[in-house]
Amino acid sequence: MIAVLLFLVPLISGILLFATKNAQQAKMLALLAAIATLVVSLLGLTALKQPAYLEFDVAWLTGINSRFHLKLDGIGQLVCLLTAISFPLIILSAWNNEYSKPNNFFGLLLLSQAGLMGVFLSVDLLLFYFFWELALIPVYFLCSGWGGEKRIAVTFKFFIYTFVGSLIMLVGIIALYFQCNETFDLKIILSQKIDPQVQNWLFWFFFVAFAIKMPVWPFHTWQPDTYEQSPTPVTMVLSGIMVKMGLFAVIRWVAPVFSSAFYQWGDTISLLCIVGMLYASVVAIKQDDLKRLIAYSSIAHIGLMCLALFASNKSGMQGAVLQMFVHGINIIGLWIVANTIEQNYGTRKISELGGLAQQAPTLTIMLVIIALANIALPLTNAFVGEFMMFNGMLSSKITRYNELDTVLAGLCIILAAVYTLNMIKQVFYGAVKREAVGNNAFTMPVKLALTVIIVLILVMGVYPKPFLDLTNEAVDAVLNRMITVK
Amino acid sequence: MSKIVALVPLLPLLGFLINGLLRKQLSKTAAGIIGSGTVLGAFIISVLLFIDVRNGKTGVVEFFPFISFDTVKIPFAFLVDQLTAIYLLIITGVGFLIHVYSTAYMHDEEAPHFARYFAYLNLFVFSMLLLVLGANYVIMFIGWEGVGLCSYLLIGYWFKNPQYNNAAKKAFVMNRIGDLGFLLAVFWLLAKLSTVTYGEVFSADAIKALSQTDITIITLLFFVAATGKSAQIPLYTWLPDAMAGPTPVSALIHAATMVTAGIYLVARTNILFSMAETTQHVIAWIGVATALLAATIAVKQNDIKKVLAYSTVSQLGYMFLALGMGAYTAAVFHVMTHAFFKALLFLGSGSVIHAMGGEQDIRKMGGLAKHMKITYFTFLIGCLAIAGVPMFSGFFSKDAILLSAYEHNKIIWGIALLVAALTTFYMFRLLFLTFKGSFRGTEEQQHHLHESPRAMTIPLIILGVLSIVGGYISVPEVFVAGGDKLGQFLAPIIPLHTHAVSHMEEYALMGGTTLLVAIVIVFAWNKYKTYKEETNGAFGNLLENKWYVDELYNTIIVKPINWLAGFIENVLERSGIDAIVNGVGRAVQYSSRQLRLLQSGQVGSYVLLMIAGMVLLFVLQFFLKK
Repeated sequence: MIAVLLFLVPLISGILLFATKNAQQAKMLALLAAIATLVVSLLGLTALKQPAYLEFDVAWLTGINSRFHLKLDGIGQLVCLLTAISFPLIILSAWNNEYSKPNNFFGLLLLSQAGLMGVFLSVDLLLFYFFWELALIPVYFLCSGWGGEKRIAVTFKFFIYTFVGSLIMLVGIIALYFQCNETFDLKIILSQKIDPQVQNWLFWFFFVAFAIKMPVWPFHTWQPDTYEQSPTPVTMVLSGIMVKMGLFAVIRWVAPVFSSAFYQWGDTISLLCIVGMLYASVVAIKQDDLKRLIAYSSIAHIGLMCLALFASNKSGMQGAVLQMFVHGINIIGLWIVANTIEQNYGTRKISELGGLAQQAPTLTIMLVIIALANIALPLTNAFVGEFMMFNGMLSSKITRYNELDTVLAGLCIILAAVYTLNMIKQVFYGAVKREAVGNNAFTMPVKLALTVIIVLILVMGVYPKPFLDLTNEAVDAVLNRMITVK
Repeated sequence: MSKIVALVPLLPLLGFLINGLLRKQLSKTAAGIIGSGTVLGAFIISVLLFIDVRNGKTGVVEFFPFISFDTVKIPFAFLVDQLTAIYLLIITGVGFLIHVYSTAYMHDEEAPHFARYFAYLNLFVFSMLLLVLGANYVIMFIGWEGVGLCSYLLIGYWFKNPQYNNAAKKAFVMNRIGDLGFLLAVFWLLAKLSTVTYGEVFSADAIKALSQTDITIITLLFFVAATGKSAQIPLYTWLPDAMAGPTPVSALIHAATMVTAGIYLVARTNILFSMAETTQHVIAWIGVATALLAATIAVKQNDIKKVLAYSTVSQLGYMFLALGMGAYTAAVFHVMTHAFFKALLFLGSGSVIHAMGGEQDIRKMGGLAKHMKITYFTFLIGCLAIAGVPMFSGFFSKDAILLSAYEHNKIIWGIALLVAALTTFYMFRLLFLTFKGSFRGTEEQQHHLHESPRAMTIPLIILGVLSIVGGYISVPEVFVAGGDKLGQFLAPIIPLHTHAVSHMEEYALMGGTTLLVAIVIVFAWNKYKTYKEETNGAFGNLLENKWYVDELYNTIIVKPINWLAGFIENVLERSGIDAIVNGVGRAVQYSSRQLRLLQSGQVGSYVLLMIAGMVLLFVLQFFLKK
């Protein structure tokens, strides 16, 4: 019930949206649909949380044994909640933006939400793949149709990257299908014993696809360009939710299915993550474009989450799952601020901005709070996740260089403060450099969206317990499965 | 222990929220009353708690679970014991006086900024209280980073000035380096013990579970954290720059309270530190080296606040030297007396700066004693206290430190004695140049010279009194048997420590130190009673330029990182990996075009369909015109 509604509401309303006549209508319908999805998601967490509501299973492609099978566990609940909360915020923040063909724009946006929900819901591998692509295709259109001036070249790069990833995954899926007696069902796959030798290579077919999506260094170069060139709402979808597909997929499909390979390659991938974190953190210092700065900062954060997953323990994995949610909320906040600045002052260049604290004190306060969450200050939401991830990393019994890993990754805590405070200093403090242009984009809907984000930052920062309780059992299930294999 | 203890930090938090959210509506008077009143409330409750603790009522209060996973349970919990009680009194007591002082000092600020100032100050008090109240290291860490944030916000309070913003950023980043040490120590503890609650970490079973290496690593990491917050080598350079903030902030945060958090951390963890000999040596030597380095720099500074800033670094070095000797009580004692006299000195300098219309260069002052009697007299008390003149508070706390140094390591004791002489010298140089001789400022300044308003002088007088009597809570045993009230009070947390020095030796040490201080005062008086233009030799230049440490850090750390960032951005990102990926993209595209012709069978045709579908979709977008 809940499971299928989470996917159907955005799908149907997305299709309906194409038929709307004017911008106002399109926006309103999109917002209502997004809120409806959020209500469904919240119901699934409260009144309708019995397992029967959270599962949906019908025949689909019977010829190849694939079923339309959706199921929510705690981890799925949290990422679905992230998706459901994010879209109303994204639509609110885009409320005053002018888009040509707004019906198509918002329609595609909701279609990608449907795809995302499907990815987080499906427990059939082929169905998962289907949703994976369904989530991406609207994004290609959105980037290439509504993006910045270099959008075609950049979208093409993005397309190539993810397409290569998808293709490799598809090969992996087919190989796994034959390994597991022709089934796509997660439960049955998990009951099979896959030869560790086979795991060692099959693992990469999946991991590369997911690593591109996250992205893990060195598969990251599509990201800063795409974030920079996409229309901001799309950037929010990409960075807030879509990159979590990769992390989520590792937890659902890689860690439990290829457990022995997961242990085997832990050190290799940890190395990639650490290099990537340091690399992205250092290069972030040099960025002059707000969007690119946020993009590199995000690469560093995602690298940390991936690293924590490979610690293969409760603290690391649960921290990473929590952080997936937190990172999504916070980065959407950062994009909203960046977008408001760009619209109000006509530039995103850090070097051309200055003294905004005098011109826009409220925006400054909001940005500072979100930026502090971005550097994981205690009592903001990001601290809890980061604390658990680092703790997991240091106490890992799987990775061999856990102590060194932790120290090196820890350097990013310092570097994050450097580039974040640099940005605050340049953009908000000092002398006023330019006057506002055009209409004030810091409108009521934008303020509302930012307020919701700040409330989430503080509430989760002080009382993270409900969020930890939610994922507790699901994370245990994954880890228990991994331990039995070992 | 009742839940009432929650009010101690909650009151300042409430003040922060009211002043922060209503800063545009509140009048300056209202903002000042809310800011000071909430801290006064916290002080009153702290006094009540102190009385409870004296009557033996200590304990933990748990509020709600904060972070829990596996068997690890980190609750949001407070611990009120002897050490916390003392810190509570210092923070809220001195904090209240400085809030009151600020209402007059900051009076020229516009109303919303005035309220913003008090909001930050209240947030600081809240964080600092959290730091000392936490019943585990994670709650301490919340306060630990919180005070760093407030320090950042207040150093950059006048945010239009880019230099101030740089100072603020520098403070935050250098503190973060230390914070990483703190976090790593916490993770290490969790990995070994699965707990960070003080009571459990210090239990005999837990200690047994730690190897000697573990203890050394944990204590060293905690010490790294302390060097950041408490401005020790190598992370001290942010503190002098932090003087960019308003002077009351320098008094409260960068002298009396926040910078002593490192001492609190070590004293709190004294059981582990006492077991780590290597760490103890490192602390003692870093402490004494910092004390000496900062004292030499202070001798050549001409900015009234810079002299006091380096003096603070140097005195903090003293405290670490004591910690390294295992004399935890002496360190805490010095934290307390230092809080009184250094807050007094900073507030006094604020009073001077206020009268001089913002001038901070002591070469352009002189003869102020005539015009500002209260400021002069209290400043003099501060100088006598910090120099360690007998009967003033600094005498007792310094004596305790010197005695333990003498007992353990004669070289360190010798250096510490030299630092005591230097301290006396630069403080009396400061005093004489500022208040004695003839006035060297502009005529306009001279015309405006005046004593500060009562909101400023009354805190000065109170702190002046405390700078005298504060020392009598720990009188050396040679004078009065059982005079070490502080040591006895702290005994449940810090084991009592008896000196192995004979009474004769102890008297001789005190006498010698006192004689040295007296000689230096006379020397300084002769040198500075009338102002003479000073010319520096090579060594003087080196000192005035702070041993060029900032320049050194710039060359070996900041510049290489910037270079690396530029290299990655311009070379690797643009031409390296990206070019390869683009090439791979083209190659894959090409080969897939070739390959699809070769495919046969069900799987292949599915792949083919995928590619065709994707390409088709991609082509479609050219027709979906905007």
